[in-house]
Amino acid sequence: MASFWSNWIIILTTTTIVGITWILFANRKREKQSPDQTTGHVYDGIEELDNPLPAWWFYMFVITIVWGIGYLIVYPGMGNFAGVIGWSQIGQYDKEVASAEQKYRDMRDRYLALPVEEIAADPAVRKMGMRMFANNCAQCHGADGKGRYGFPNLTDDDWIFGGDPATIKATIENGRQSAMPAWGSIIGDKGVADVTQYVLGLNGRDNDAAQAAAGETVFQTYCLACHGADGHGNPALGAPNLTNGVWLYGGSQEQIAQSIRAGRNGVMPAFKDTLTEDKIHILTAYVYGLGRQ
Amino acid sequence: MKHEVVEKNIGLMMILILVALSFGTLVELVPLLFAKETHEPIAGLKPLPALELEGRDIYIREGCNVCHSQMIRPLRAETERYGHYSVAGELVYNHPFLWGSKRTGPDLARVGKRYSDDWHRAHLYNPRDVVPESNMPAFPWLFEDEINSERTNLKMIALRRVGVPYTDEDISGAAAAVAGKKEIDALVAYLQQLGTLLQSRR
Repeated sequence: MASFWSNWIIILTTTTIVGITWILFANRKREKQSPDQTTGHVYDGIEELDNPLPAWWFYMFVITIVWGIGYLIVYPGMGNFAGVIGWSQIGQYDKEVASAEQKYRDMRDRYLALPVEEIAADPAVRKMGMRMFANNCAQCHGADGKGRYGFPNLTDDDWIFGGDPATIKATIENGRQSAMPAWGSIIGDKGVADVTQYVLGLNGRDNDAAQAAAGETVFQTYCLACHGADGHGNPALGAPNLTNGVWLYGGSQEQIAQSIRAGRNGVMPAFKDTLTEDKIHILTAYVYGLGRQ
Repeated sequence: MKHEVVEKNIGLMMILILVALSFGTLVELVPLLFAKETHEPIAGLKPLPALELEGRDIYIREGCNVCHSQMIRPLRAETERYGHYSVAGELVYNHPFLWGSKRTGPDLARVGKRYSDDWHRAHLYNPRDVVPESNMPAFPWLFEDEINSERTNLKMIALRRVGVPYTDEDISGAAAAVAGKKEIDALVAYLQQLGTLLQSRR
């Protein structure tokens, strides 16, 4: 703070304290010593007594003034004067964080040193993981991890980008961007309808054989690069398996057609700036465990 | 000074009351109006682009600030959940500020990039679709209503007058930047930049 404003605060604060002390003491005594102790005012026969402030009230004011002066000596308040104990809001916060860090560091270091597979079933890890999941993940993946339309189910052990611990950890740290292009303008309405029939066939569902045959040609031209010739997908590209009946964007004929026609671009946000390494490790173990329930 | 003098001169009494009341303002508020900390933007802070600016106005119109604060206090319990505590330099271009004082929903000071755009759209269309236990209202009309692009440049001019450094290009390009955009696009764009400048969110 500029020294002008610091002095401004000190002078005004001091003036206020001196002023109220003067007012308090200056009004202690009766103004006029009339024999009947009244002010001499009479309203409709009612007289006004000229009593000073009761002693208990007066001394309470004195106590608050003394306390206020003490406060301004101990804590910051007088401009740039930091107070004799050097307290500050951010200082208290830093201390709070440091003492928590001290308290939990050993425990976290212990878990961080162990592989995810080993700690995934640890009740303490599951409990901590559940809290972190509720705070950071549940909004999209659901409190139970079962996901919602457009947000993957983490409990079915079907992983779009891979379900080994290292991959789960990478997903949490860096996020994911899936990129299913919109094929509608490339393969046309007929192409979309044909491929849809073919994909239904991949799942053993009823389909139009003629359309599916035409769709297979389209699939083997455009779709196999990511989803593979057999439609089993490719976790390295985030291309889901199309043959196991797990659908992120719905599995009805129209929903599948829509995914092909308009594409899908789901985003998993990155958490490496939000969570520390040890927390991500515990969260990875929790999510890894979800898939194995 | 005699009581009688003060009690019988109403003008003098008013002046003395004002003097007595003004000390708090003069000591606690006035120095902050001139303090460097409350005026200097943090590194990288830019005025909101046109779309985000319209999003902010929709945020105000729909009363989001009534249930969501944008002020993370320096308490461990808050920074653990929401990220780095809010600093004055982040908020110097906020007119009016949207700190809020009530958290029916979570604090949004650093909600930017925490969820995907798709999530925000699904959530604003009907919060129960993604968070079953939510009691937030749904805002489906945002998906139909288009932004009124005629006023965007005027908003920027008004903000420039109170110290937000919009350039002439910002103002002349404002209408084109929001033309034809739906309100949901603006609101999501606004939410996705909230608090993203301070990245150490631990």
